[in-house]
Amino acid sequence: MLTAILLGFLFALFLVFTGKFFRGKLAVLSALIPAGLFAYFASFISKISAGEIITKTYEWVPAFGVNLSFKLDGLSLLFSLMITGIGFLVFSYTASYLKGHKYLDRFYGYLSVFMAAMLGLVLSNNIISLFVFWELTSISSFFLIGFNNDSAASRKSALTALGITGLGGFFLLSGVLLLGSMTGTYNITEMLSMQEAIAGSEYYILAASLFFVAAFTKSAQFPFHFWLPAAMKAPTPVSTYLHSATMVKAGVYLLMRFTPILGDHPFWNNTLIIVGGITMVYTAIHSLFRTDLKGILAYSTISALGILVFLIGLGTKAAFLAAAVFIMVHALYKATLFLVAGIIDHQAGTRDVTKLAGLRKVMMPVAIAGFLAAISSAGIPPTIGFLGKELTYEASLNFGTGTIIIVIAIVLTKIFLLWAGFAAGIKPFMGKLPEAQKETKMPGLLMWFPPIILAVLSILFGIFPSLIESAIVKPMVFALGADASEDHLALWHGFNTVLLLSAVTIGVGLLLYFLVRPSNKLEQKVAKLEFISPRSIMEKGNYYFVIFSRFWTNVFQNGYLRNYVTSIILFLVILVGYILFGHQRLVIDHSQLAEITAYELVVALILVAGVLYTVFTKSRLAAVAAMGVVGLSICLIFVFYSAPDLAMTQFSIDTLTVILFVLVLYRLPKYLSLSDYKMRLRDGVLSLALGTIICVLALQVLAEPANNEIGDFYAKNAYLLAHGKNVVNVILVDFRGTDTLIEISVLAIAAIGVFGLLKLRLKSTDRTQ
Amino acid sequence: MEVLLAIIIGILYAAGVYMILRRSLVKLIIGIILLGNGANLLIFLLGRITEGAPPIIPEDSSVFTEAYADPVPQALILTAIVISFGLQSFAIILVKRAHKVVKTDDLDEMNATDEDS
Repeated sequence: MLTAILLGFLFALFLVFTGKFFRGKLAVLSALIPAGLFAYFASFISKISAGEIITKTYEWVPAFGVNLSFKLDGLSLLFSLMITGIGFLVFSYTASYLKGHKYLDRFYGYLSVFMAAMLGLVLSNNIISLFVFWELTSISSFFLIGFNNDSAASRKSALTALGITGLGGFFLLSGVLLLGSMTGTYNITEMLSMQEAIAGSEYYILAASLFFVAAFTKSAQFPFHFWLPAAMKAPTPVSTYLHSATMVKAGVYLLMRFTPILGDHPFWNNTLIIVGGITMVYTAIHSLFRTDLKGILAYSTISALGILVFLIGLGTKAAFLAAAVFIMVHALYKATLFLVAGIIDHQAGTRDVTKLAGLRKVMMPVAIAGFLAAISSAGIPPTIGFLGKELTYEASLNFGTGTIIIVIAIVLTKIFLLWAGFAAGIKPFMGKLPEAQKETKMPGLLMWFPPIILAVLSILFGIFPSLIESAIVKPMVFALGADASEDHLALWHGFNTVLLLSAVTIGVGLLLYFLVRPSNKLEQKVAKLEFISPRSIMEKGNYYFVIFSRFWTNVFQNGYLRNYVTSIILFLVILVGYILFGHQRLVIDHSQLAEITAYELVVALILVAGVLYTVFTKSRLAAVAAMGVVGLSICLIFVFYSAPDLAMTQFSIDTLTVILFVLVLYRLPKYLSLSDYKMRLRDGVLSLALGTIICVLALQVLAEPANNEIGDFYAKNAYLLAHGKNVVNVILVDFRGTDTLIEISVLAIAAIGVFGLLKLRLKSTDRTQ
Repeated sequence: MEVLLAIIIGILYAAGVYMILRRSLVKLIIGIILLGNGANLLIFLLGRITEGAPPIIPEDSSVFTEAYADPVPQALILTAIVISFGLQSFAIILVKRAHKVVKTDDLDEMNATDEDS
């Protein structure tokens, strides 16, 4: 199974080296990969429908409980079949759609990575690896949406999609980690038995909310839905694959996968019903105001995703059954409509539905596919769409609470979806072929065949629902935690309320279709309301966030060294000062300290005088000389307190520094006094505060007992191990010899730098800055 | 003496930071040197100071027989002094060079990359 998942990644890697062979006619061969995978997963159907669950575990990071653990049950089987099946059709379609494209191989690479990531996502039985694959789908979809990278709009929508889904990924990671620490495992199967403990936990609401944000961003639920219509900038195969059948369903998949774990809780059900309900109605109505074929489809897709979320929220067996069927319904008809829209765009050169008509005369097979998909989307018998709609209505009617609102919402949604399906699937083919479209030609076989297959399947499964009933639908419902073995899918349910609702939906929908034509006027009207849409609110938020970031950066990264130093020291003074004066008892143990002798006092006074002179003198030369005095005084302190090596080093280095300074100094301008009195006072106070803190800190440390263990070790072994009697020297050249070697290299580098700076000859252009 | 040293260290830190906060580049370097001296003395002090007992093993013995100053802080400071010399010399030459190119000693006039200026 690991091979099956990794195949896409491997193929993408393979394309990196052999890409140029796949740009031409061979491109269609890459469709063999999804085809093979489809066959592989299809071979499990009989096992899964018999109730078996296939799991495979490969160790990845076992120390953290992170494994590549895969589970094939009804739910993941349906998704795997959709991913590979529609993947196969999209791969073949692309070969013709992007024929001769410069980067066709690259496109296939992205597609394969995406397919593999998607497979990994739906098969993962470990929530950490699920998260990793989830992120991979976001990243690969970024490349796919932005495939036309020379168009600014395309780049922008890719970024929007990545931003929104990346945000969701962040929430998913938090949710995954929280759930992991709540249950003590990352394994989904093991979590299944802990449902009650999780629901009773005080973190339940938080964990569920995190999963919600992840799912809602990925599946474009209100108010995160706007990235999906924007993502329609992508080439149509991408829209078909990602935005109808697979990636946007990842959020739905996540909700389904966690329904047996987090579900059956009022918070879970109510949130999903409300968010799904708002999304499905809001975006279904929205599709009425679009004239771009893909725009209509995008909004109706979001609406369909809303229905799925809503059905998961209902949480009854009937709802799960409806969701299982509706996922297939939607994947079949929506992929068809997208492919058809792609063909129209490719052949007729426009996707503006107001300009398209009569295309059946030039591309009959495409018209048939569009028509079949449209009636499936409308839920007209004998399509599988009808079946899905009936089940949805049944689930809504039997929910129990708030039935009227729920039923009205779902019926309203279905009416608008019918309109959207007809506008996208039938409208472009009806009527008279306009003058501008006379030149339109029939597309190649590779292009029109995939939509036909999907459309025919819509009808086939509708007439013979037993084909999918026990093979796919029931195992899936079982995976969601309900047992549907007693139920049977059938087109005809007898005369009942559900049928009445269906009739109303179809009647009103058709009426709406004949009354309201897609037009630019409608689109412009709704554009006026754009400023209160979540999209513009979020964009405004982004805008102000950028301004705020700029302000923040300017405050902290303002380019003035002294401001950085000031803030660092201020924090240090406040934090250390708070601890020192707030919590410590300040003590000085005089009995432990050395006496002050007269010559020490003199040296100390000279040192302090030197420091003060360095700081306050107006002459630079005097400052450097005074600094030399400070260095030599320190040298004397080293002499007093048993550090002859330090004294020697300090003496020579101090002398060298002063000489170097003086050598350079006479070339510099007058000593600058740039700051005013106020600034000096402020800096002075800050410096004195730091000085005081350091002074008190030093005294406090002295009050603690010292630990000389390391020193003792060196002292004891200096002669015995290293045969040297000056312990400091032995440490430097023997015990820590490598450190000293590195130190010497640092000095050598500094020396090279100095030499380079001295010898560097500037061009005349560099001088005049 | 420890108290006196602690005060000296405080003064060195204060003076060093004050000089670093100045706008003149030369003062910045002087500040760094003063701060470095303060830090060296701080390490020296915190390693506990001992009078008249350098960490040198007597001629006629292979181990210490009497009290000795802790050699570890001394080794650390020795390294620090040498490294800070590398830093100082490089900084001094850099200031000289920078002055030659941009004709200023004022840090505030150097805080933009040449594209913005």
